[in-house]
Amino acid sequence: MTGETTQQLPLEDLHKAAGARFGGFAGWNMPLTYPAGVMKEHLHTREHVGLFDISHMKLFLVTGPGAADLLNRACPLDARAIEFRQSKYTFFLTEAAGIIDDLIITRLGDERFMVVANAGNATTDEAHLRALAKVFDATIEPLDRVFIAIQGPEAAGVLDKAGIATDELFFMQGFEPRANWFMSRSGYTGEDGFEIGLPEADARELLGKLLADERAMWIGLAARDSLRLEAGLCLHGNDITPDNDPASAGLMWAIPKDLRAEGNFIGRAALANILAEGAKEKRVGLKPEGRQPVRAGAELFDAEGNPAGRVTSGGFGPSAGFPVAMGYVSTPLAKAGTRLVADVRGTKVPVDVHALPFTPHRYRKG
Amino acid sequence: MTKTYFTEDHEWIRVEGDIATVGITDYAQEQLGDLVFVDLPEAGRKLAKGDVAVVVESVKAASDVYAPIDGEITDANATLSADPALVNSAATGDGWLWKMKVANPTQLDGLMDEAGYKAHIG
Repeated sequence: MTGETTQQLPLEDLHKAAGARFGGFAGWNMPLTYPAGVMKEHLHTREHVGLFDISHMKLFLVTGPGAADLLNRACPLDARAIEFRQSKYTFFLTEAAGIIDDLIITRLGDERFMVVANAGNATTDEAHLRALAKVFDATIEPLDRVFIAIQGPEAAGVLDKAGIATDELFFMQGFEPRANWFMSRSGYTGEDGFEIGLPEADARELLGKLLADERAMWIGLAARDSLRLEAGLCLHGNDITPDNDPASAGLMWAIPKDLRAEGNFIGRAALANILAEGAKEKRVGLKPEGRQPVRAGAELFDAEGNPAGRVTSGGFGPSAGFPVAMGYVSTPLAKAGTRLVADVRGTKVPVDVHALPFTPHRYRKG
Repeated sequence: MTKTYFTEDHEWIRVEGDIATVGITDYAQEQLGDLVFVDLPEAGRKLAKGDVAVVVESVKAASDVYAPIDGEITDANATLSADPALVNSAATGDGWLWKMKVANPTQLDGLMDEAGYKAHIG
């Protein structure tokens, strides 16, 4: 974050014209909802196509002979084993294996990688990358781009109609379709979808076409949050922080097995210890009984009233049709179906540990 | 005779005799967005002006609704348990939140009328 100043999206005028209600997030003035409202926006994305302005997120180009080695040090990743156009979900870790940020890294060429980072951590991430670039022969280039997510079952159709070919990409693949563009088949809603980083003028032209398609509409940050929560995806700062490690967070699937013993990544030794001893707590899905949402910060207790954990994200799932939440519980209580109790403003709300995601992923894996 | 008052916290209070019906204004429901749960109070609860009477929950957040005056709750709008979105679609009608006995009618004098409230929200 950049101190006191609030940053404005390059396309803020478009959101104002669309009637957006704005609010602060990670140092940015972001559209939270549009006149349709969070419920309709959420459901529209699952049925048709949602357009999200995610220009608050940061793209870094990492290039040079040492680019792969730099990323292998920064992340629990085998960058040389990533095929061209392949995207990987990964993290920057502290020496204690705490999660500094979660990222998507795409290999664009032999010595060319795109790193997509969260808005709230962009400054930290850049400093982290630049410090490593002094050790490895690599260049870090933060890109000035508009970044748009096109999400939903009709995303490919809407892009095809707008003249953007989508058939070259399957889920978790990305490439540079033209100069200064980056496009991947990915997203954070659980639906099929695409993310495109592009210069502002190109973005305005493309959005003109996309918004003219009745299948597509702007979706605000409120629905982005309910969509990702139903999809069981972590929000850094809530569900994963430098106090959480990938084992506790249930994200070990993102770390290749052979790297756990032999990798060069920062945090490897600490993570190996955690794995050897077993994570003391686990991130789980939580389904409150009844209609009352259980939100971030609520404390969890077991059947005997002993502290059991805490809720890190919570709200209502418009597609699920019931309240949904995520949190950490002590490992013996992490089994789906375990009954816990959440303290919501003094009221004890029964909560069941629930498998994630709440709504099935519908990625296009080819 | 029925008279409607408004608070700076975006509530309306419709007084008939010694019973006040309380809800949130259309402006307030718009700010909150789609409601998914209303934590209703029980009849018989005694409230002082400023106490939290009801919690309304949208997809994103929980918000308190305060008692605009002193009094005892006589009824709560049970329809909202099954259909909290009624507060969005009919904030000043069927989406009322609770009824209370007016304990101290002079407190009503400190509230706004509709013209005053319209000026308040600009």
